[in-house]
Amino acid sequence: MSKVLMKGNEAFAEAAIRAGCSCYFGYPITPQNEIPEYMSHELAKAGGKFIQAESELAAVNMAYGAAASGGRAFISTSSPGLALMQEGLGFTASCEVPIVALNVSRGGPGVGGIQPGQADYFQVTRGGYNGDVRIPVFAPSGIQECVDLIYSAFDIAEEYRNPVVIFADGMMGQMMEPVELPPKKPIADDAEIARTKPWAITGTDAHEGRNVVFSLRLQPDVLEAHVEHMFEKYARAERELVRYSTSNLEGAEIVFVAFGTMSRLCAEAIELLAEKGVKAGLIRPISLWPFPDAAFDEIGPEAKVLISTELSMGQMIQDVKNAAAGRWPVRLISRTGGVVPSSLEIVDRALKHLQEVQGK
Amino acid sequence: MKTVFQPTKGMLPVDTSYCPGCAHGIAHRIIMECLEERGMLGKTIGVVPIGCSINAHNFMNIDMCESTHGRAPAIASGIRRVHPDKIVFTYQGDGDLASIGAGEIVHAAHRGEKFTTFFINNAIYGMTGGQMAPTTLIGQRATTCVDGRTVEQAGLPLRMCELISTIDCAVFVERVMLNNPANVRKAKKVVSTALDIQQAGLGFTFVEFLSTCPTNWGLSPTEAIHWCETAMADYYPVKNFKKPEGY
Amino acid sequence: MKLKMFFAGSGGQGTLAIGQMIAKAAMDEGKEVTWLPSYGPEMRGGTANCTVVVSDKPIACPLINEADLLVVMNLPSLLKFEPMVVPEGLLMVNSSLVPEKAKRSDIRAVYVPADEKARELGSGKAANIVMLGAILKETGIVSPESIRAQMKKMFSGHKAKFLPMNEAAFRLYLEGDSAPS
Repeated sequence: MSKVLMKGNEAFAEAAIRAGCSCYFGYPITPQNEIPEYMSHELAKAGGKFIQAESELAAVNMAYGAAASGGRAFISTSSPGLALMQEGLGFTASCEVPIVALNVSRGGPGVGGIQPGQADYFQVTRGGYNGDVRIPVFAPSGIQECVDLIYSAFDIAEEYRNPVVIFADGMMGQMMEPVELPPKKPIADDAEIARTKPWAITGTDAHEGRNVVFSLRLQPDVLEAHVEHMFEKYARAERELVRYSTSNLEGAEIVFVAFGTMSRLCAEAIELLAEKGVKAGLIRPISLWPFPDAAFDEIGPEAKVLISTELSMGQMIQDVKNAAAGRWPVRLISRTGGVVPSSLEIVDRALKHLQEVQGK
Repeated sequence: MKTVFQPTKGMLPVDTSYCPGCAHGIAHRIIMECLEERGMLGKTIGVVPIGCSINAHNFMNIDMCESTHGRAPAIASGIRRVHPDKIVFTYQGDGDLASIGAGEIVHAAHRGEKFTTFFINNAIYGMTGGQMAPTTLIGQRATTCVDGRTVEQAGLPLRMCELISTIDCAVFVERVMLNNPANVRKAKKVVSTALDIQQAGLGFTFVEFLSTCPTNWGLSPTEAIHWCETAMADYYPVKNFKKPEGY
Repeated sequence: MKLKMFFAGSGGQGTLAIGQMIAKAAMDEGKEVTWLPSYGPEMRGGTANCTVVVSDKPIACPLINEADLLVVMNLPSLLKFEPMVVPEGLLMVNSSLVPEKAKRSDIRAVYVPADEKARELGSGKAANIVMLGAILKETGIVSPESIRAQMKKMFSGHKAKFLPMNEAAFRLYLEGDSAPS
């Protein structure tokens, strides 16, 4: 399979098409506009359906309707749009309907800016929805990985009957890298939907009994039992969906913890630190929920400090501290508002943190 | 023995949870009868709203899903993309459709979505206990306008049929009333026509039912029917607003 | 081998496009590449910059602190980005639109009157391709054939009529005299 040079957003859209996505619903918001643009012509060619929704509220609910009735539904947006979709994501999780949502995030808060940001960490891992909901979140660091994650996210969503969020950022959406596209899966027909999704609302002729997709449960004990059922799935997700990568941990005094675009800057900072004779390594969470606590057991005895390196004022650091469990001091390197620091800045600040924890 | 009547298979053999004098039960039944008569019960997907009729899926014998508040038309649009050959409908009250979901209903109509919306207008929020709706009449009392709705405070009631009928791709728009057997029979014909037009793929179809809420209106069921056919029908004229040629 | 390049101009000058063509050619030649544009609300007339990294090995970071090659298509870009060139690095200036010379003496500067030459060939729009030919002449970063293959695809169908002129623009410095340093 040969590689093609593709803009991130277009590659993400193509990945969804190849995953057998049957419906895409989107609303224009920078920096992900190439996705609805691409879907508007390419998804139709592949036999799928596109709607330019009137709002992100409508988009997420269209996806819910399509997926509840057996479709493979994909939505994409950027940070403020994801805020609007939160109600729909929580509702969809409670209804046990699988959809895949891509956040090509930007700087916040409010309307914020359009340059890359990671200050949606809380929004994607804690959500803005009500109730006891967990949503698996995967954060790629490059276009190929994002393509692969989107491709597999539909299967994960359907296996768990829960939304799945892919958390990219504006830089990944706008840049180009060579990418190998996965093979095209067919869009499921009615017979395939009936076989694989016996719960879907497809009309009672298409399946045994009567299907109802719902979340209202007025009796507290019945609702509690439903939430407990959801948390049995989430417990399985915590066992099966943990994804991370580590590099240079052996002998590392400084351990960066970073995801997405920031992990790439850290990778370069590690090379620059090595030139200065300082050993540094990286833990790169790919699943942000479930957070890869296990990765921290790979840290060697030489580690002096963990540095959560984020394009936010420090959100992931809460999970890093939790995973560190007091074994190492945890510090923060952060830029926000769409500012991406240089690897030189990361090196400087990391060395200062190292000196500080060593009492120098 | 000769069978002279049997309930529609479209309704499950259970008691509804609606209050005495509420018209939801009648609206449910005529919709289900129309689906059964055209042999489409097994090929229909319905979307229920937030409101009293969130419970409709406990009574209608078809595949259904719940909606977030007001979003039923967006959800039905999604369902329609996966099932172009089925009957799809939303069933929505006035708080759901005319207030929080005003955006979604306008845009579903604007796209000419090929599903039918059944709009139950009882001029009040029922499920939450009688608050003012966009459709609450001037002078009508509700728990958020205890001395009666005023224009100064809340504007004039919103007429949805009139609004939707201005949208070109909404091809069938009609308001009916469920106040007596003759009008119930008329309403059923209107439902049937809307479904015919949906099945013909001509565009968005919208049927508004003037309905009653004796509990939150503070009236007896018969007083409620009287108020519906006088005060409500006076402000919300019962008529066809729009239909395709030949229907 | 790892080469970090930065292309800067204003929207509509085709600055991002030549960065993209080099990235695509390098990828076709089996290299690792990244192409990262600046992005903003302006569609025309705003700043348009892109970073291209070409390497034999996987590229950790698509952002760069310094450039081995800086291409500036207008004056604001020269004033803003000249400091990012590495010592002994290469600066290529569109001298048609940049009346000033480089301030630094520790870098090599090449002045290409790209707009002027393109107009002489028939269209100022090919200025970026004139510059691209000069870049290949000075750096040899990718083979001219890889670029020509792309141009054939870019200028096909109803755009085929633009191919000869762009071919000529590409050849001008690539096969002709060097631009003045």
